[in-house]
Amino acid sequence: MASIQLQSLAHRYPSAPDYALNSMQQNWSDGGAYALLGPSGCGKTTLLNIISGLLRPSEGRVLFDDIDVTDLTTEQRNIAQVFQFPVVYDTMTVADNLAFPLRNRGIAKNEIEKRVADVLQMLDLQDRASDRARSLTADDKQKISLGRGLVRTDVQAILFDEPLTVIDPHLKWQLRTELKKIHQRFQHTMIYVTHDQTEALTFADQVIVMYEGAVVQIGTPQQLFETPEHTFVGKFIGSPGMNVLSCEVDGSEAVFAGKRIPLDKAIDNPNARFELGIRPEHIRLSASEGMPLTVTALEDVGRHVIVRGEIAGTQLSALVKDGVAIPENPCVSFDSAHINLYADDYRVGSGRGD
Amino acid sequence: MSIQKVQNNKAWFMVMPVLILVAISAIIPLMTVVNYSVQDTFGNNEFFWVGTEWFEEILSSERFHNALLRTLLFSGLILAIEIPLGILIALAMPKRGWAVSVCLVLMALPLLIPWNVVGTIWQVFGRVDIGLLGHGLASLGIDYNYTQDNLDAWLTLILMDVWHWTSLVVLLCYSGLVSIPEVYYQAAWIDGASRWAVFRFIQLPKIKRVLLIAVLLRFMDSFMIYTEPFVVTGGGPGNITTFLSIDLVQMAVGQFDLGPAAAMSLIYFLIILLVCWIFYTVMTSYDNDEQSNGGGPQ
Repeated sequence: MASIQLQSLAHRYPSAPDYALNSMQQNWSDGGAYALLGPSGCGKTTLLNIISGLLRPSEGRVLFDDIDVTDLTTEQRNIAQVFQFPVVYDTMTVADNLAFPLRNRGIAKNEIEKRVADVLQMLDLQDRASDRARSLTADDKQKISLGRGLVRTDVQAILFDEPLTVIDPHLKWQLRTELKKIHQRFQHTMIYVTHDQTEALTFADQVIVMYEGAVVQIGTPQQLFETPEHTFVGKFIGSPGMNVLSCEVDGSEAVFAGKRIPLDKAIDNPNARFELGIRPEHIRLSASEGMPLTVTALEDVGRHVIVRGEIAGTQLSALVKDGVAIPENPCVSFDSAHINLYADDYRVGSGRGD
Repeated sequence: MSIQKVQNNKAWFMVMPVLILVAISAIIPLMTVVNYSVQDTFGNNEFFWVGTEWFEEILSSERFHNALLRTLLFSGLILAIEIPLGILIALAMPKRGWAVSVCLVLMALPLLIPWNVVGTIWQVFGRVDIGLLGHGLASLGIDYNYTQDNLDAWLTLILMDVWHWTSLVVLLCYSGLVSIPEVYYQAAWIDGASRWAVFRFIQLPKIKRVLLIAVLLRFMDSFMIYTEPFVVTGGGPGNITTFLSIDLVQMAVGQFDLGPAAAMSLIYFLIILLVCWIFYTVMTSYDNDEQSNGGGPQ
């Protein structure tokens, strides 16, 4: 197990004009459970492959426990990695598949047997231990891939690259819980790549949100929800995502659709593009108080109703608890303590609570 | 799991065209051979029923036994050399870049040359008086003469076949190798697998199917080889390179023994069918085991 440091790390694929990863400086602590969250193509897998050594970064260094491993091979780094799609050794049995990484490292036979039995039990595959791997379903094959990542106890870190993509939904919950348990038990440094916010938020202590090749925020699930540091984080996390509304700033007040919203400090940046961020959860609907909302759609999502509408040509969503009456011609007001102010997509301030 | 299948015999009409084609192209011509194999003729279209006499004669003749053994030995050697060599070359070929095209063209070249031309090339190439190979070896002081020495004749034929046909194995294996997703190799690096383990547990299982085709094709072709040895050695020296096909032509065309030749053709055909069936059954039995266990999607 190790802490992972990325120093001025950047990567550009040889044939591509743009950087797949922009220069970043990261320090992830030993034994942490991290999730790399972001949309497809944001550089998550590239970053993961650089950490595991499958890819050499074009710039910068990778350090494990302050030791430079940039030039070391995957094997020398002693990393376990689980891929998006199942990779099994077809001709081997399930147990042999799990034993393979251990045998390659010359671990004693009784030790191998013990660990394989452990992992088989963790993944609920005891009955299939002596079956050929190729005869399994996609779910079970992916379990084997997971198992090969978990069977080694001495690894520096375990990396997961969207490991539950091919898994059945009900099994997903079960395996995610299992991974969480394994983390608590062994305290491995785990990095989990996903584009699914639920997966990231339930698995990780710290979520690293990536967008267009850059890390835009690292934080606990609550921080990501309350104070998104980038408009993308606000939109990406939450369902529906944060409302991002164009506004103007006048001293220590933001002006949206003629309404002045007090800020926690004066902002002096005349050339920036300002936006307000407010979560649908923090918008209040009433019959008369606030700005009039033109409702365009209502979506019942079970415990809540999503009210979609427009104010002065700007799209907006609000969340209303199921059973609460929605006025005929509603007006909206913002809970100003939960407003964030963004200049050129980055957070520069917040609303002042009353 | 049992699914009720709908029985509809009209489907047979759909396969009728194929059946008719196969009948005209294969079954009816084969029947004329069957016709000859059970009768004797003295010309003038007069035939006498002899039953299984020709078959018994062929099966008990030493000449047939020897030719069969020579042919089996030849095929065995060809497979033992070309299959491993083909896999090795395929593994060594580049996977991307301009070199891929160069390698593929170089590999395909021998396959494009007609059989009798290949024979002529090697017939000349190996000649001690004017051939590059023969003369070169002679000038190195090596006593090489494929027209007189049994071993030299065999070596020349095997070398020629390896030169002509290893490419086929290479191309088939290469196509299998490039279709293996990169992630398998990445997983193997993560698991700390050795180069041998990567071959044994990833590459070999993944190219097994194309390898089966390669083995079958090379067996059938080498077992039926005629043109090249006929051009190079003509079955000699003596009859040391007289394979079944050469022997058959001598019997049918040289001696005009149509009855025994027809019987021999059928036996020859059945042997090929039998060996191919054995190969196929052995090499796919493992797959079938797996599928009957209710294998999931790949």
